[in-house]
Amino acid sequence: MFPAPFEYVAPSTLDQAVRLLQQYGPDARILAGGQSLIPMMRFRLANPRVLIDLNRIPGLDFLEEDRGVLRIGAMVRHRLIERAPLIRQRYPLLADTARVIADPIVRNRGTVGGSVAHADPAGDWGAALLAAKAEVVISGPRGRRISQRTIPLAEFFTGPFMTALEPGEIVTEIRVPASGPREAGAYLKIERKVGDFAVVAVGVQIALDADGVCRKAGIGLCAVGPTSLRAQEAEEWLIGKRLDESTLARAGELAAAAAQPTSDTRGPAEYKRDMVRVLTIRALRKALERIPKA
Amino acid sequence: MPARKGKRTAGAPRRAAPRKAAVAVQPAARHRIQVTVNGRPYEAEVEARTLLVYFLRDMLGLTGTHVGCDTTSCGACTILLNGEPVKSCTMFAVQADGAEILTVEGLARDGELHPLQKAFWEEHGLQCGFCTPGMLMTAYAFLNENPRPSEEEIRVALSGNLCRCTGYMNIVKAVQRAAQEMAAR
Repeated sequence: MFPAPFEYVAPSTLDQAVRLLQQYGPDARILAGGQSLIPMMRFRLANPRVLIDLNRIPGLDFLEEDRGVLRIGAMVRHRLIERAPLIRQRYPLLADTARVIADPIVRNRGTVGGSVAHADPAGDWGAALLAAKAEVVISGPRGRRISQRTIPLAEFFTGPFMTALEPGEIVTEIRVPASGPREAGAYLKIERKVGDFAVVAVGVQIALDADGVCRKAGIGLCAVGPTSLRAQEAEEWLIGKRLDESTLARAGELAAAAAQPTSDTRGPAEYKRDMVRVLTIRALRKALERIPKA
Repeated sequence: MPARKGKRTAGAPRRAAPRKAAVAVQPAARHRIQVTVNGRPYEAEVEARTLLVYFLRDMLGLTGTHVGCDTTSCGACTILLNGEPVKSCTMFAVQADGAEILTVEGLARDGELHPLQKAFWEEHGLQCGFCTPGMLMTAYAFLNENPRPSEEEIRVALSGNLCRCTGYMNIVKAVQRAAQEMAAR
């Protein structure tokens, strides 16, 4: 299978990339890791006339903590998140997620920014980063200059494969609030086999205060709605409580209620909804185990 | 899928030239690229839509890299791009401009099989052999990084390469044997 003919360009600066995107408008697509877009082009589900490759632009693959924020450059590959000591030690939610995306070879190419911008409701980063309360940095044209705007990820996803990106705009960074001292997360995924999309997956991030009371909670749901979903009622339920088993059980029920699963080859809606409940409880338990005792 | 027939001529091997600036900043349907494959420099003109695997197979004649699934699932087309395993069916040849590529043809040295290839032979780590080039390339990069892996680590590392014949037992044994032989050197 071969993609339809197109023109390719690999700008060396973000400025050029934005200008090209502006110039070619909806005929152009951004190429990041290509692990979703290239298969779509082979199937001719995507037929861009111009492909703008970000891989030759230096400086889009940073990964660092800076003034209370974990900054993830849009071109950071899943593999880096999977392996970086900073992530393994301080962001187990993200490390868990990276290690279950597609397969190890795909993870060498696929990027965090590309996955977020692709906005597949079954994409793992969407759910995990919603749980992490991430923000998206978007670079785009403003007159003759390039400007940036930052929006919460929850506002970025507007529908299946649809985002808040305006013409000429590119996702350039994901920002995650830096992990606090008594904070941890987890990501659990049910998949039929390695490399398949999730049947269901759930990401959680929680923080406790010195008395063991929950002061921060994020829960993201994967593959059970038109977009990655945030289980807001379940999050609110946890805040201000000690996280005993009955509290977790109720959070699981609230998360299941927030899911909007549909029946497909990966399972009936009823099963998926119950798996949201089960995975939410298990992920919360796992996150709790990972928080150092006060 | 069978190799595509076409009128293209193989990219002629040439001596390494100084690198010029990367691809132009204007979109184009054809691009001139330089790559080093198995230590040998090549220069060729490619269509933007030419996938790397078809460049290797049809233009360079390196048919050891297989096309298995065409859906980024099977890993038969795995090659090393600057040392890292990638699925060459999920990358355009033009993106490899300036890169160092290693394919299965580059594993043997001076007519001598690489220890991994020998181990696949000794342990019967294949039946039909279709997935083998991809398995070898993934395992090669993996053993460079983790010379003394556990069985579990081997299975995870190879989880992007599908084999429909063996049930993986002998493939895992072959990688274990290769690790031992390489460590003993």
